[in-house]
Amino acid sequence: MTTTPEKTGSTTEIEKSDEVTLTIDGVEVSVPKNTLVIRAAERIGVQIPRFCDHPLLAPVGACRQCLVVVADAGNGRAINMPGTDKPKPQASCTLTVAEGMVVNTQATSEVADKAQQGQMEFLLINHPLDCPVCDKGGECPLQNQAMSNGRGETRFTENKRVYPKPTNISAQVLLDRERCVLCARCTRFSEQIAGDPFIALIERGALQQVGIYEKEPFESYFSGNTIQICPVGALTSSSYRFRSRPFDLVSTPSVAEIDACGSAIRVDHRRGKVMRRLSGDDPEVNEEWITDKDRFAFSYAMLEDRLSYPMVRDGAPHNGASTAGKGELRPASWPEAFVLAARGLAAAREAGGVGVLTGGRITAEDSYAYSKFARVALGTNDIDFRARPHTEEEAAFLASQVVLNGPGGNPVTYADLESARSVVMVGLEPEDEAGTIFLRLRKTARGRLLPIYSIAPYTSRGLHKMSGTLIPTRPGEEAAALDALAHDGTVALDSGGLLLVGERTASSPGALAAVSRLSATTGARVAWIPRRAGDRGAVETGALPNLLPGGRPVADASARVDLATAWGVEHLPEYPGRDGEAILAAAAAGELGGLVVGGVDPADLSDPALARQAIEGAGFVVSLEVRASEVTRAADIVFPVAPVTDRSGTFVNWEGRVRHFGKVLHNPSALPDLRVLAGIAEELGSPLGWRTPEQVWSEMTQVGPWDGERVSTGLDHPAGRAGSEATGQPRPGHDGSLVLASWKQLIDDGRMQDGADDMRRTARKPIVLVGAGTLAELGAGAGDVVTLTGPLGSIDLPVGVADLAEGTVWAPASAPGASVRHLVGPAGSTVTLTGGAR
Amino acid sequence: MTDVLTPVLTDNWGADRSWTLAAYQEQGGYAGLKKALAMTPSEVVESVKASNLRGRGGAGFPTGMKWGFIPQDNPNPKYLVVNADESEPGTCKDIPLMMASPHTLVEGVIISSYAIRATTAFIYIRGEVLHVIRRLQRAVQEAYLAGHLGKDIHGSGYDLDLVVHAGAGAYICGEETALLDSLEGRRGQPRLRPPFPAVAGLYACPTVINNVESIASVPSIIDRGAEWFSAMGTEKSKGFGIFSLSGHVTNPGQFEAPLGITLRQLIDLAGGMRDGHELKFWTPGGSSTPLLTAEHLDMPLDFEAVGAAGSMLGTRALQIFDETTCVVRAVLRWTEFYKHESCGKCTPCREGTWWMAQTLARLEQGDGTGEDLELLLDQCDNILGRSFCALGDGATSPISSSIQYFRDEYLAHLTHGSCPFDRSASTIFAKVEAHA
Repeated sequence: MTTTPEKTGSTTEIEKSDEVTLTIDGVEVSVPKNTLVIRAAERIGVQIPRFCDHPLLAPVGACRQCLVVVADAGNGRAINMPGTDKPKPQASCTLTVAEGMVVNTQATSEVADKAQQGQMEFLLINHPLDCPVCDKGGECPLQNQAMSNGRGETRFTENKRVYPKPTNISAQVLLDRERCVLCARCTRFSEQIAGDPFIALIERGALQQVGIYEKEPFESYFSGNTIQICPVGALTSSSYRFRSRPFDLVSTPSVAEIDACGSAIRVDHRRGKVMRRLSGDDPEVNEEWITDKDRFAFSYAMLEDRLSYPMVRDGAPHNGASTAGKGELRPASWPEAFVLAARGLAAAREAGGVGVLTGGRITAEDSYAYSKFARVALGTNDIDFRARPHTEEEAAFLASQVVLNGPGGNPVTYADLESARSVVMVGLEPEDEAGTIFLRLRKTARGRLLPIYSIAPYTSRGLHKMSGTLIPTRPGEEAAALDALAHDGTVALDSGGLLLVGERTASSPGALAAVSRLSATTGARVAWIPRRAGDRGAVETGALPNLLPGGRPVADASARVDLATAWGVEHLPEYPGRDGEAILAAAAAGELGGLVVGGVDPADLSDPALARQAIEGAGFVVSLEVRASEVTRAADIVFPVAPVTDRSGTFVNWEGRVRHFGKVLHNPSALPDLRVLAGIAEELGSPLGWRTPEQVWSEMTQVGPWDGERVSTGLDHPAGRAGSEATGQPRPGHDGSLVLASWKQLIDDGRMQDGADDMRRTARKPIVLVGAGTLAELGAGAGDVVTLTGPLGSIDLPVGVADLAEGTVWAPASAPGASVRHLVGPAGSTVTLTGGAR
Repeated sequence: MTDVLTPVLTDNWGADRSWTLAAYQEQGGYAGLKKALAMTPSEVVESVKASNLRGRGGAGFPTGMKWGFIPQDNPNPKYLVVNADESEPGTCKDIPLMMASPHTLVEGVIISSYAIRATTAFIYIRGEVLHVIRRLQRAVQEAYLAGHLGKDIHGSGYDLDLVVHAGAGAYICGEETALLDSLEGRRGQPRLRPPFPAVAGLYACPTVINNVESIASVPSIIDRGAEWFSAMGTEKSKGFGIFSLSGHVTNPGQFEAPLGITLRQLIDLAGGMRDGHELKFWTPGGSSTPLLTAEHLDMPLDFEAVGAAGSMLGTRALQIFDETTCVVRAVLRWTEFYKHESCGKCTPCREGTWWMAQTLARLEQGDGTGEDLELLLDQCDNILGRSFCALGDGATSPISSSIQYFRDEYLAHLTHGSCPFDRSASTIFAKVEAHA
């Protein structure tokens, strides 16, 4: 049963004057005008049965289950059968309220009750009633409403409609056509919400059915939502089908750890194993929708390579030699691992210092723990959460524009996306990188024609679905495009505008400084939208070389004193530390004695080879990981850490919204990062003062945000106005060469999608996109296989045409089996295209 | 007897090559258009209002009033759409009209479009009637060549384009909003109302949707005057209409007469019942109108009288059945049609027709009990007035009306253990002497 959540917020005088008063089942109720009768009835506690109705979809009135009698339409007349005084029941899901209306539902009208029972009986004649073997049995609106509003015995003795079962409408979603009640929720969701009308009703009469075009399966990033809103068991997922019964599951509300959206989810587990994830219902954040990745990518923590005990490398030298000369990793007890880690880190601290790379997947409590561990136990500001290309300019941007909700302290929220006058995106492809933002922007664009602009290399499918306008921009030239917007009368950015800045903007020199400038000159508000769930929390907790927890600038002596007092330590390191790339470069050069590495994949960094060299060559490496990885294999000490299901914690989403989540599974051997760091710190003789997420959160609350001076906006950043033009070099893309535009798509080769094989099969097919001119020069046709060659090597992919600027080529950074970032190079690389062999 | 006929629409059907522009104009065709273009659009609307012409597609809504609903201050284009998707079982008036005299319709479209200030009009024609489509397309081509269509029609400054669009043969596309969806290139299923087509119809623009016969009646109203038209017919059902007689009459066909004519007169015009047989039951306006019996022979065939008798005038598709016909079998055939043609959008029509067809099939084979009749009536009660569009309602008409008049015949199937009728006796090839 899907009912409408109560809207939060105050009722203003204007809204009150728009209220309509009507009588339902003898009870007077006032609701905003244009409310549907079915919703007004919910307000007085009358639940009218329904199937096709869904509060987030446009009314359709197809299933006819919600029939009610209208004794007075508000004009003094009843709605009756033509020429008679017999009531003509009306679908309450399409009927809007009117002043003075009198409605009688099944609770008070025999005609309405009989009409509803009649529709229920009709729906059941062709329904298989295979509830005992149906996944939906136990949580099925049809089952529940057949009990509440149907007749006990069927009068149907004839033949039911049958189909061979089931039909794969994608690798992930299966359809049992005979169970379908043809409410069209799934097809309407796909068209209205996701913008992926890959499923539609076909055929007619009782043989009507949900269908796909033969060669185009239901490969939408949001397909799983249709399973959840299906009011029967017609749509199931290949990963959950026949695995469990709803009444055997234990449900825990949680937060998706997949991206920075902070989507509310529900995790269902049985006997210590997560069986499925569903969307939560949070009107302020993700409404009732999540991406397929939020829904299906959860098996990664249950794979065989999950680490379950600490490991140490015998004979691990405390400085100098590479792993080549070291022994093998062997299991160790927790105390032994803590002792050895502390001993190694103490030595490394003396031998040039230790760098800390946290990765972006950690909770706010963990990043706070890393941040404090680095400053207190390791005595360094060499810490960075950014496991991706990043710059000093970005660190300055985060310190000035992002931390503590920016200079105004006024966060941009999902609600602001719906009320903005215009939206400009830069370095952001929300459908791939922040699905919930995509859905909210699309909803607004559809609802009231919100103007959306994207500073991007081409009109992506996502931008097209948001009816957005492309501001065509070569990679690296974002700063100039942003500067030009200050005087653009069409975009007309003002204080009602929003600048949505993706994390990829960091790799374009001067672009983030240009964002700050544009915001300062137009008044448009800035929201930074990272890709990973822990990124924003890491900014707030100071997992950066220039920031301490609570937005305290490292360079500000009073901020350091403030924090040192709160922490009860003598002093904190005074100078801003190395950022991630500098840490790796220093480690590779032997300047650093050791590394503490969280969830970092070298392939995500701008120079994977240097990263590997650094990790393998560093004197002493401590790795904290959920699963065995490239880093754990090279580390001296490996600590297993708990995945989000096995611990409590907090994510801070892109809005700065704090999203606590509880433990789903009770696994005593799974410790969060912060507990591991506390254990090492105790052995180092610098106890951190806590051992649980709750204790850390409590300390974070006590330390609180910095109320002193912020880091300035960085408008005069050296990489600012001049941008890359200053170098005097011919820029890629202008000298006949091609520059690579690239980003990670939603469904890709990411490690958190390991185990979700069926979902991965719904990933977009990898393709190289070029402009029509480039294609012609190449002498190739769309669909031909071409060879894309970059600094790392080359890959053969089919070529397609898009509105790419000349000199630009786009390819997916991380497509399963065709990962351009592994095989060709990072975005911004100069590449060549050859071939055209069919 | 033939003096009761009022041939207007059918007047030129017998002319040599009546479908050509030359033949049509020879008989005075396009005179109405000339007059209309000399009037203001509002005057044309007023004339049609004054004539009291009511929609000939079945519902009988006043045509002039429908035109008046078009919001002329709406900046969007206005459209006229002619519903030529004649698919109701028994109905055969629009297709013969377009076959014999397509220019009558084309002239009506031009005058009507002028009245509602539409510059594009569409004729949505049923896809199966290929020959008729070709004649209509040729007529439109001739009209363009003669300057009746296109830019600045006869120097009036009025532009009109007329598009003939062939449907794919779905009954639901005769429902006006499903027709609009189909015309827009979508799957034909009825739309939610409001908004009504007059406000947001084709491409969400103000749209008038009229039946072929309604539009074809407009040239004569303009040419000969509203008073001439409203002098015919009964008090509230003015003018003439085509009555299509089919089934067990000697000479089936189209008879054009003033509304209010009786079935007895019409059967006489059609040469009487099939020799040696007598009327058993009939539909006044297609299978979706509740059937009637011989007791209604002298009932005036106008909107009011047929409504008072518990049926509807509908499309004046008079299907005549004599006493050799098994009513259960006839109703089963119709119900199978509704099951086949249900669009599937709403539950009662989709599932109800699936169920009723099976229940009826059982009864027709003598398998069941008297309680099944109550079950059938209850199924009808759960469909009638509960379905999304009127097509679901129509599916219940033959069942509920046949049980009303012929309950005993249903029960006879059960006592007999099978159909008590000789199936061949009702056929066209039945030997007369076998039943004399």
